Amino acid sequence: MAVDVYDLPDAAGHFGQYGGVFVAETLIGALDELKEAYASAQRDPQFVAEFDHELRHYVGRPSPIYHARRWSELLGGAQIHLKREDLNHTGAHKINNCIGQALLARRMHKGRVIAETGAGQHGVATATVAARYGMECVVYMGADDIQRQMANVYRMKLLGATVVPVNSGSRTLKDALNEAMRDWVAQVSDTFYIIGTVAGPHPYPMMVRDFQSVIGRESIAQMLEQCGRQPDVVIACVGGGSNAMGIFHPYIPVPGVRLIGVEAAGAGIATGHHAASLTAGRPGVLHGNRTYLLQDENGQITETHSISAGLDYPGVGPEHAWLKDSGRAEYVSIDDADALKAFHDLCRLEGIIPALESSHALAYASKLAPTLPKDKILLVNLSGRGDKDMHTVADKSGIKL
Amino acid sequence: MSKIEAVFERLQAQGRKALIPFITAGDPDPVLTVPLLHSLVLAGADIIELGVPFSDPMADGPTIQRASERALAKGVSLRKVLEMVANFRADDNDTPIVLMGYANPIESMGVEAFAAASFDAGVDGVLVVDYPPEEAIDFAQTLHRHALDPIFLLAPTSSEARMAQVGALASGYIYYVSLKGVTGSAALDVAAVAARIPEIRARTGVPVGVGFGIRDAATAAAVAEHADAVVVGSRIIEELEHSSPDEACSKVRALVAEMRQAIDAATNPSRGMP
Repeated sequence: MAVDVYDLPDAAGHFGQYGGVFVAETLIGALDELKEAYASAQRDPQFVAEFDHELRHYVGRPSPIYHARRWSELLGGAQIHLKREDLNHTGAHKINNCIGQALLARRMHKGRVIAETGAGQHGVATATVAARYGMECVVYMGADDIQRQMANVYRMKLLGATVVPVNSGSRTLKDALNEAMRDWVAQVSDTFYIIGTVAGPHPYPMMVRDFQSVIGRESIAQMLEQCGRQPDVVIACVGGGSNAMGIFHPYIPVPGVRLIGVEAAGAGIATGHHAASLTAGRPGVLHGNRTYLLQDENGQITETHSISAGLDYPGVGPEHAWLKDSGRAEYVSIDDADALKAFHDLCRLEGIIPALESSHALAYASKLAPTLPKDKILLVNLSGRGDKDMHTVADKSGIKL
Repeated sequence: MSKIEAVFERLQAQGRKALIPFITAGDPDPVLTVPLLHSLVLAGADIIELGVPFSDPMADGPTIQRASERALAKGVSLRKVLEMVANFRADDNDTPIVLMGYANPIESMGVEAFAAASFDAGVDGVLVVDYPPEEAIDFAQTLHRHALDPIFLLAPTSSEARMAQVGALASGYIYYVSLKGVTGSAALDVAAVAARIPEIRARTGVPVGVGFGIRDAATAAAVAEHADAVVVGSRIIEELEHSSPDEACSKVRALVAEMRQAIDAATNPSRGMP
């Protein structure tokens, strides 16, 4: 399906029936203020220029596109190209959005930024920009996640952030998000909440997508330059879905380009231990927006499982929900075992250690490539590097570091 | 006229203010919920807000979060909450019950099915914390069709335009969140609250209840001098947390009765006298 004119969300933040502003009245004032500030920043050439400057000189953009020749040859089908977001400063795409929101926070004279984090990648990126711009930084992190991600907790502290353990609910990412929202509502006058993914109340899903869209815009220019044409398929992993939205969004109006989002099937969809909200969930309301959610028959949010903490979230950005229903994007899932295999393959064959999140997208590419002719092109968003996953992978292989 | 409207009309004629206690359904145990509701009525509650537990209570402070977790651990669902209301109605057909909770359990059941089941169970009003008016136009209409009052929140940050927007949908009463923060936060500023109430009343045309941060009888009384109703939640949950199951009803009854007396004494001194 081709989409000729794409201008979602509407003024109220809706992507069809998804998105919106599902928050208590106490947050409406802050969201209105944010909406206005973002709209004015978008129109301000100086803001846009500073964002571009920071991406180039601090993050290291543009990130290259790399043709994974050996891996493609071994698979024996379509050619796999990788958009190297893993080469960004801090090692993942998360920093793009953090720069944008921190610049906005500064413009709004908010000296304190807060964030939620699961694996710690968004927390590290937020702590990084807070240090860069001289802001106070508080990161909420589930108590269980803190135990699993000690290295990232230490990184955040090195960067000057305060990491607050969250002991409510399932003590993971979704609870950290609840707690960050509670902090924001209580200290809204001096605090900017940097949400890490394309979820939350409007304008967050739109704003995070816009900041991450640099990935797709670069890809369109680079593919034309390197291959003389656009890819046949664009593949990205989807937890909340920010790296996928970033690469998909500029491709939505481009005809002939399939968009495939890859969710975490964990131990397998049938086991119930997974994080595949689009594949196995149903629409509901959580964290300020309507979207697909993993929930029980009574509408309680269920706990999720994935080998990659960054995909371990029971919801998904509302624009993905819309893209799924409209048919413009397809959503599939990859289990822990297949993601691990792709992780090892890329290490051995291309000398690139991918993040476990990105390994889900790689795994799907490795299944799709052999079914297609050799002149087809797959573009995979390699959203982050895997250094943070050393302990998880070693553990799975029975190795003690 | 709805049962909630009738309560406010009667109280106004008597020169009194409404006391609205909140408990979470199923906390500390599902078998205690109906007896607790009756205890609240005996203590002088005019309307009761009954919390529907949710896994992700984003607008609640630690006290009500814990209540929600305890109730969920005992298997309390929205359907079970409605059963509790129906059981309460077997012995009390007068005291209005307002369900307070989050959108997802309701959407999971289906809005139409929820409204019909709520009416059948004897519910009088519904407050969905994460349904601001712009997302609740159809929902409010569905509730009205089933003779249920949609209760909405207003906050210190709400503009005059939003008050009017809420006023167009709301009936029963407005729940004014008295401070920036979550439920159970530090004590509120009575003077600041008092300054906003006449405007809210004028722009919405419905009575105004004040909640969040009312922790003792003195504050309840001070707020009641300005508001039409006083909502008390976290303080009651704390009392439950410090009570054994045997004494839960009597302790909560004593706490709420003390607030009742203080409110009546402040708003109509002749009634406050023993």
